[in-house]
Amino acid sequence: MQLAAYLDPAALQQIPTRDGFGQGLVEAARRNENVVAVCADLVESTRMQAFRDAFPERFIEIGVQEQLLVAMSAGLAMAGKVPFVASYAMFCPGRAWEQIRTNMCLNDTNVKVAGAHAGVSVGPDGATHQAIEDIAIMRPIPRLTIVVPCDSVQTKKATLAVAELDGPVYLRFGREKSPVVTTDETPFEIGKAQVFRDGKDVAIVACGIVVYDALIAAERLAREDGLDCLVLNNHTVKPMDAPAILAAARTCGAVVTVEEHQIQGGMGSRVAEILVAEHPVPMEFVGVDDRFGQSGTPAELLAHYGMSADDIRAAVLRAAARKRG
Amino acid sequence: MTTTRDPITELKLRANAIRQGIIESLVAAGSGHSAGSLDMAEVFAALYFAVLRHDPKNPEWAERDRLLLSAGHICPVRYSAMAEAGYFPREELLTLRKFGTRLQGHPERTLLPGSESTSGPLGEGLAQSGGLALAAKMDRKEWRVYCVVSDAEEQCGLHWEAMLFAAKFQLDNLCCIVDRNFIQIDGSTETVMPLEPLRAKYEAFNWHAIDCDGHDFVALLAAFDEARSTKGKPTVILANTMPGKGVAFMENDFLWHGKPPNREQADEALRELRDDAARLQAVR
Repeated sequence: MQLAAYLDPAALQQIPTRDGFGQGLVEAARRNENVVAVCADLVESTRMQAFRDAFPERFIEIGVQEQLLVAMSAGLAMAGKVPFVASYAMFCPGRAWEQIRTNMCLNDTNVKVAGAHAGVSVGPDGATHQAIEDIAIMRPIPRLTIVVPCDSVQTKKATLAVAELDGPVYLRFGREKSPVVTTDETPFEIGKAQVFRDGKDVAIVACGIVVYDALIAAERLAREDGLDCLVLNNHTVKPMDAPAILAAARTCGAVVTVEEHQIQGGMGSRVAEILVAEHPVPMEFVGVDDRFGQSGTPAELLAHYGMSADDIRAAVLRAAARKRG
Repeated sequence: MTTTRDPITELKLRANAIRQGIIESLVAAGSGHSAGSLDMAEVFAALYFAVLRHDPKNPEWAERDRLLLSAGHICPVRYSAMAEAGYFPREELLTLRKFGTRLQGHPERTLLPGSESTSGPLGEGLAQSGGLALAAKMDRKEWRVYCVVSDAEEQCGLHWEAMLFAAKFQLDNLCCIVDRNFIQIDGSTETVMPLEPLRAKYEAFNWHAIDCDGHDFVALLAAFDEARSTKGKPTVILANTMPGKGVAFMENDFLWHGKPPNREQADEALRELRDDAARLQAVR
């Protein structure tokens, strides 16, 4: 699969995933006149300003009202609009869960929730603003599609793709600059996990900005540990690409999941459900282990909470050892 | 049927038939909410037979007025009114709350065309109605949005978010009808969590507010007319109602908020309603 030159420090680009959302939203609005944007007092943070400037008559500012954000947008959708609603993931879905479940999903409305500033990488704002439970609360809701793109380029593609999908969606992305792994030419399809690196020893299944760290860890493992790791970009958390997960597990015989989220109830939990039912293999989980975040730089926090490339490498070594028995 | 009967008597007969359907469906279901369903019979008769632009044979007609029932628990009144209007056969009312039914214990849009939205968790209907009304404005559509809420929903934060929203966007195509019956599960709204002065609260939120007797068709039709002609702000109709209205032994007793009649009680209620209908039919 065609990727950016992420191993070359001189060529590596660092762009916030939210920038890709902002670009994708404007493009989606150009393609479909029913696309509208609803914002809860976070226009700049959620990168909706370009949409607001380009389509002021389709931009709806509602202030700090996250339950309204979802419930009202369900009404917009029932009248044929395609509302993209944005806040920090901590507040939406965080505060608006029941409206998402009832008004949006049970009611089967075409609302797209964009959860910005997800993960500990929000940094200095601290634990109150670091959504690391959002996937867990969204995963069990029927009808919902959940997408966690790996970089800004993919976030733009994902935004365009979910605009065309008829149904409720949760799109998750982050605040800080993060490495760009994909290119404009890298394909993207909802529900299709992507093999970013082939391998046979351990499969690393990742989503979000830590896909880059998984790739870096895989290079180091190849160079220093003699382990050939497959890296799967598992961007669609729901419905998850079970055939791709099972194929990776069958090829490698051991799996490590990596996500910027609580281990409990996250993407990795779903991977485990799939594997335990059909093809159990030794598994390790990289994510936040039942703790709240705190203030710090994104790099400090990702390392402190065990989601750095070093942590991924250690988890792969544990999984490989268990595989050998 | 005579064609000389006056329109108000016709509406009273519709309300009576809606009440009979409520009783029949509740006793068949063996659970459900009696008092609020019964006290909204006039409001739903007025809406379905005098106010709404709608087509029971084409429930998804794009130009229809939208009626959302935020207080999903009183859906027996909506289902009964829809059956009376011809959306589905009256016999289907007997499937209320039963396995496989379209008439779920709380309404589900995906199952029942014309129910407009899934509802039950309180305080969410006005927000969805606001979204519909704003979409209608954006697309310069003529259709209006009506939202029936219970008074206890006024205790939900989201309802007040929606009140701010509707005022900001001057949604004069939105009309909220409050079932002001003063009861909720744990007792009187004014002891559980006081709402008064409710009208002043709406007015302070830049809404046009109308008080009216929720059982008086002349007053209700005038209120709906006033709502339609009010420009620049949304309207709330505070429909003062008597819980359990129309069935003597249920009237004004909050214990009937959340329970259905048994067979014997239902028969007594139906006798009373049929007697009332006979009296109305005698009016020329």
